[in-house]
Amino acid sequence: MTAIYLMLPVSLLLALIFLIAYVWSVRSGQYDDTRTPALRILTDDAGEMRGEPVSKKHLSYKNP
Amino acid sequence: MASEASPAVCVHCGAPCRGLAVRRHDRDFCCHGCLTVFELLQENGLGDFYRLSDRPGVQVRESAALDRFAFLDEPAVRDRLLDFSDARSARVTFHLPAIHCVACVWLLENLFKLREGIGRSLVNFEKREVTITFEPGKIPLSELAALLTSIGYEPTLRLDSLDAARPAGGSTTLYLRLGVAGFAFGNIMLFSICLYSGMDRFSAPVFKPLFGWISIFLALPVMFYSASNYWRAAWLALRQRTLTIDLPIALGLAALFTQSLYEVGTGTGAGYLDSLTGLVFFLLIGRVFQERTYQRLSFDRDYKSFFPLAVRRVEQGIERTVPLSGLAVGDRLRLRHGELIPADSRVVGGGAVIDYSFVTGESEPVELGVGEVLYAGGRQMGGAMEIEIIKPVSQSYLTSLWSHEVFTKSRDNSLNALLNRFSRGFTMAVVSLAFVAGAWWWSEDVSKAVRAFTSVLIVACPCALALSAPFALGTAQRLLGRFHVFVRNVNVLERVAGVDAIVFDKTGTLTASGEGAFGFIGEPLSGVEAGRIRSLAARSMHPHARTIANSLVAPESAEVQEFAEETGSGIRGKVGGDPVLLGSIPWLRAAGVSCPETSTANGSMVHAAIQGRFRGSFVMSGAVRSGVQPMLTALSRSHELVLLSGDNDRERQLFQTLLGEGARLRFGQCPADKLAAISELQAAGHSVMMVGDGLNDAGALRQSDVGVAVVEEVGAFSPASDIILEARNVPAIAALVRFSRGAVSVVWAGILLSLAYNVVGLTFAATGRLSPIVCAILMPLSSITVVTFACAAVGWAAHRAGLATVLNQEKPS
Repeated sequence: MTAIYLMLPVSLLLALIFLIAYVWSVRSGQYDDTRTPALRILTDDAGEMRGEPVSKKHLSYKNP
Repeated sequence: MASEASPAVCVHCGAPCRGLAVRRHDRDFCCHGCLTVFELLQENGLGDFYRLSDRPGVQVRESAALDRFAFLDEPAVRDRLLDFSDARSARVTFHLPAIHCVACVWLLENLFKLREGIGRSLVNFEKREVTITFEPGKIPLSELAALLTSIGYEPTLRLDSLDAARPAGGSTTLYLRLGVAGFAFGNIMLFSICLYSGMDRFSAPVFKPLFGWISIFLALPVMFYSASNYWRAAWLALRQRTLTIDLPIALGLAALFTQSLYEVGTGTGAGYLDSLTGLVFFLLIGRVFQERTYQRLSFDRDYKSFFPLAVRRVEQGIERTVPLSGLAVGDRLRLRHGELIPADSRVVGGGAVIDYSFVTGESEPVELGVGEVLYAGGRQMGGAMEIEIIKPVSQSYLTSLWSHEVFTKSRDNSLNALLNRFSRGFTMAVVSLAFVAGAWWWSEDVSKAVRAFTSVLIVACPCALALSAPFALGTAQRLLGRFHVFVRNVNVLERVAGVDAIVFDKTGTLTASGEGAFGFIGEPLSGVEAGRIRSLAARSMHPHARTIANSLVAPESAEVQEFAEETGSGIRGKVGGDPVLLGSIPWLRAAGVSCPETSTANGSMVHAAIQGRFRGSFVMSGAVRSGVQPMLTALSRSHELVLLSGDNDRERQLFQTLLGEGARLRFGQCPADKLAAISELQAAGHSVMMVGDGLNDAGALRQSDVGVAVVEEVGAFSPASDIILEARNVPAIAALVRFSRGAVSVVWAGILLSLAYNVVGLTFAATGRLSPIVCAILMPLSSITVVTFACAAVGWAAHRAGLATVLNQEKPS
């Protein structure tokens, strides 16, 4: 039963990591547009996908 | 590939190759525009565009003159259009209605290959938008817009593009709240299950308080972050002294939390934290379900999204494109075919043939001469003309409608109107029952009295009840969306069910405008004759001639020689050597054609003569849409029907029979009249649904309890409304009303079902026997049954209302 004392914080930490990942994905706008990525995947083999960002600042999924 | 015999189709856009067709690179193109785009894409290594989809292109109607977008580079316009800009780069979002397939997404995201200075571009398919990062030093905004136009994706630049306040991330917070609640719910449940299954019996009793405290720790963010909307709403309700559904929810949540805190703190129990977090989780799912909106559609548009962003102003004989905001009284503008009059003005040159159908509902275009006054919102259907502005844009005849008080007060958007009416009695009952139960046990045992009090509040927490409406109506909204009937929010359906008077607009709503509204009286035309008439009509810009040219199915025959157009009379020309005349009877008679006496009872007519012989008449009357008649008959049994038309009353007889003898018909209504008519009906105690399509209906749509905007095409402009309906679905309005009533009955049935659960729970609670495990079973069970019932029953209601048979289901796009 003493294993529980180790498992408790580990499991909570794991769950917390998933929560943080979820929060990050919502914040970065991945839930804003759920349709286009499904189309984009169809064109993956048709040459290069996207242009180089003019500056790194705009490298984000987030629309304004 | 198409053989020589069958008519070839354009490789780029799929249009049939007719007169202007070109054959190059072993492929057929319908016009030079398409060929240019094809070559441009091939040269820049974007040939894959044609592999991704079959004929994916968009026909390029007009080559983009470079100066057309010059106004975009003016700082006042540019700064308001750009999402972001710094010294080196800028980002802009354009709305491109032409986006329609996978290949479009691919092409627009590879835009950087076409021109230096373009960086990353990202398409949002649902919104038909592209966000482009670019270097203004290398490619100015105007050239970017011109480039998009030149490949067929012309950006929509309307007056409201400047009101940059795009509401973003409204759902982001909701998703975060939901995520946090789900996270806490899942973890607390793991701890609770251990306790329910009697973990303490075979381990040390040390885990019970430990798990309890961890659960409380996990429930804190749910209480103070996820559920914060309920606290706020309950506080608001208290301050306004109304009893909304949020109040018993907040009471239940508070009771759950304090009871749990007490039990864990004193070590007497495990608390109800799993029920608490589960409840918030379910409630938030209901909210996500309810707040599903259609991103492509806007329900709040005014004239600003109809008016162009810029017009061509003539300054000392030179045309310059200027933003609409820069116009002043006295400015001279040049308008071409199909362009909109931005402000009340006077004709100073050229022939004005103005289509006011969207503004006044008058279906006939009017011809106006020099010096006559034009009203904003009309569309020029003739050739080029020059006008002089006599009133500022915002104070014109049409736009002044938006300063009416209807537009200043915000519409009732409070959620769950139906539920709130019900919850008044419910809240009272619950609170009094809690006090009665508490008082009952008080003399016997104080702790039991407190327990009974909180238990009643916990069990009566109307979680399942609050889920009934969002899930039933949300499902209904989604079902309708599948049939291209777009409902602004779920409360609209409640209001539709309560409507007892329906007001229709005529032009564009009950009747079809444009093509299709067409018939021929006389001996049927032979193929050659039809071809001749078509060739002649195709030469004219007159709307009647355009209708004839578009409606006749015949190949255009030979060249037209000696073409002449006499304003207000007709057109003439020699087609293949035969003289052909199209025009009014007096004009034909004057040309020496003997014409029979015809009655022009309905609508106007265009008469045709070939080789000096009268051949028959084209009838331009706006035809009543098919299927409208049975719909009106069905509705007239249960609803009061009214027709409000801006048109004259030449078709009164026809519509009186259509709408039934009891219906009131009013013709010659100006936008303000329509609004007043709706208010009148409402004052007489009616709940009014307005069905209309034009800007002239905007006031009436807004004033009515339910405004239904009819559009020819989804995504096209529609005035502010509650429901957006495709024109071909107008006959389905009767089914829509039936279905809404069915859906609202389902909501009530769901409420009854959850009340039954509450009664069961309350018998436990009032006797002070509510254990956490009973609570943990009862709460999710009631929520799940109510949700399943609501979704299934609405599906059945849709089946019963015959939605699928009435609404034309769109093939998946």
